[in-house]
Amino acid sequence: MVDTFLVPLLKIVIVLNATLVSVTYMVLLERKVIAWAQSRLGPMRVGPYGILQPVADAVKLMIKEDITPVRADKWVFTAAPIIAMVPALIVYAVIPFGPEVSLFGRQVTLYITDINVGLLYVVSVASVGVYGIILAGYASNSKYPLLASLRASAQLISYEVAVTLTLVSVILVAGSLSMVSIVRAQESAGVWFAFVQPVAFVIFFIGGLAETNRAPFDLPEAEQELTGGFHTEYSGMRFALFFLAEYANMIVVSSVATTLFFGGWLRPFPNVEALAFLDLIPSWAWFLLKSFVFLYIFIWVRATLPRYRYDQLMRLGWKVLIPLAILNLVVTGIVKVILL
Amino acid sequence: MGEAIAFYTIAAFVLGFAVLVVSTKDTVHSVLFLVLDFLFVAALYVLLGAQFLAAIQVLVYAGGIVVLYLFVVMLVNLKRPPETYEDPNRRGKLGFALSAAVLIELGAIAAIGYARPAPALAPPSAALPVTGNTEEVGWLLYTSYLIPFEIASMLLLVAMIGAIVLAKREL
Repeated sequence: MVDTFLVPLLKIVIVLNATLVSVTYMVLLERKVIAWAQSRLGPMRVGPYGILQPVADAVKLMIKEDITPVRADKWVFTAAPIIAMVPALIVYAVIPFGPEVSLFGRQVTLYITDINVGLLYVVSVASVGVYGIILAGYASNSKYPLLASLRASAQLISYEVAVTLTLVSVILVAGSLSMVSIVRAQESAGVWFAFVQPVAFVIFFIGGLAETNRAPFDLPEAEQELTGGFHTEYSGMRFALFFLAEYANMIVVSSVATTLFFGGWLRPFPNVEALAFLDLIPSWAWFLLKSFVFLYIFIWVRATLPRYRYDQLMRLGWKVLIPLAILNLVVTGIVKVILL
Repeated sequence: MGEAIAFYTIAAFVLGFAVLVVSTKDTVHSVLFLVLDFLFVAALYVLLGAQFLAAIQVLVYAGGIVVLYLFVVMLVNLKRPPETYEDPNRRGKLGFALSAAVLIELGAIAAIGYARPAPALAPPSAALPVTGNTEEVGWLLYTSYLIPFEIASMLLLVAMIGAIVLAKREL
């Protein structure tokens, strides 16, 4: 009873809440880091150094008027933010934050579940998230959101191909689709897959930037061309859902990158005995630390690089990343066959 | 018992959404019901213990193909109310008769299938040298079903080349 219902339920509650809190703080971190990059202070008024800003933002978004345009498709308009948010949250079901640990005299796994098609689950759930964006643009019945949503979905579909191909080469190396087994494979190989599959990692990260609509690929939100992007007509909490979904997706990409390429919960150099003192830091802390580095790079890239033009974006996706990913996959396959 | 309840609930959703797909006036809503339908079909696969197929069902159908449907439906913009004019080529009664015939046929197959004892299936996993959902599907695809699999991939390749040739007349 406790093991089948209570423990998983508790884990789900903890993971969901932790995700939502970290999403709101990601927004603050982003504003702060970009402000520092531009020699500004960023939010300073609410709480010391603005650390209570997310609370103020949440209250503001909740009490704002919720407007539905008269000509909008009401049902789809209401459903779109939910469709965008749900896939971003249910992906966390398979992300391993740590191995099995004993907690209060009970063996507890630091992941909600470990299914044998874990990685495929992540990809397929993420592929449903695109509906939120397409439908938001369509249901608003307004030209800028429609253009933005067409851009966004074309971009997502194009980069999904490259990202999925890189995942296949990781699966080839690890020999499993389960997220936990992929981390275990890195433990037994004694090397992070980022060093085995550097090309795959670079393509995955660029594709991840594009799939989360982040700079330099944030064309769906290009203010100069499209006002606010696909969520122009949304206000209040519904707008907030899109915003949260974007940041939750960033955390997903960072967590998947950590799991697949940077050893998940493993400490650096897991096979070097001399560094055993690093185990004083618990495994889940290593996972969070590595994911945080990726999230920081997301913000760093946004503060650094200018936006791509649309044709450049498509050329990069179809003519550079996808052929490179296919080549990488073929080479990985050949090397694997020769080495076995 | 629990499995039966789950099956009939999911099957009811699958059929209900299928009816909504063909009966809804708004084309975009119709496509959305199709997505829900595919998601519930994926749930049926999970119930059968075929997690790999379920994930592929969501990835390929719900996440891939229907997105393209949605694109087309959105871009052709069917704002005209659908039944404002009578199509002279429309054969309503013929369609009705055909679907009734198919329904009777399916019913007959089901009835005969229930009447006859089921043929004993050899447990497939016993013969396979691999375990696990993904591995078994892969093994079967590349041994017993190699030729159908290759023919299907050739078909896709031909479709792809055809699409490129149609789209770019002067290459």
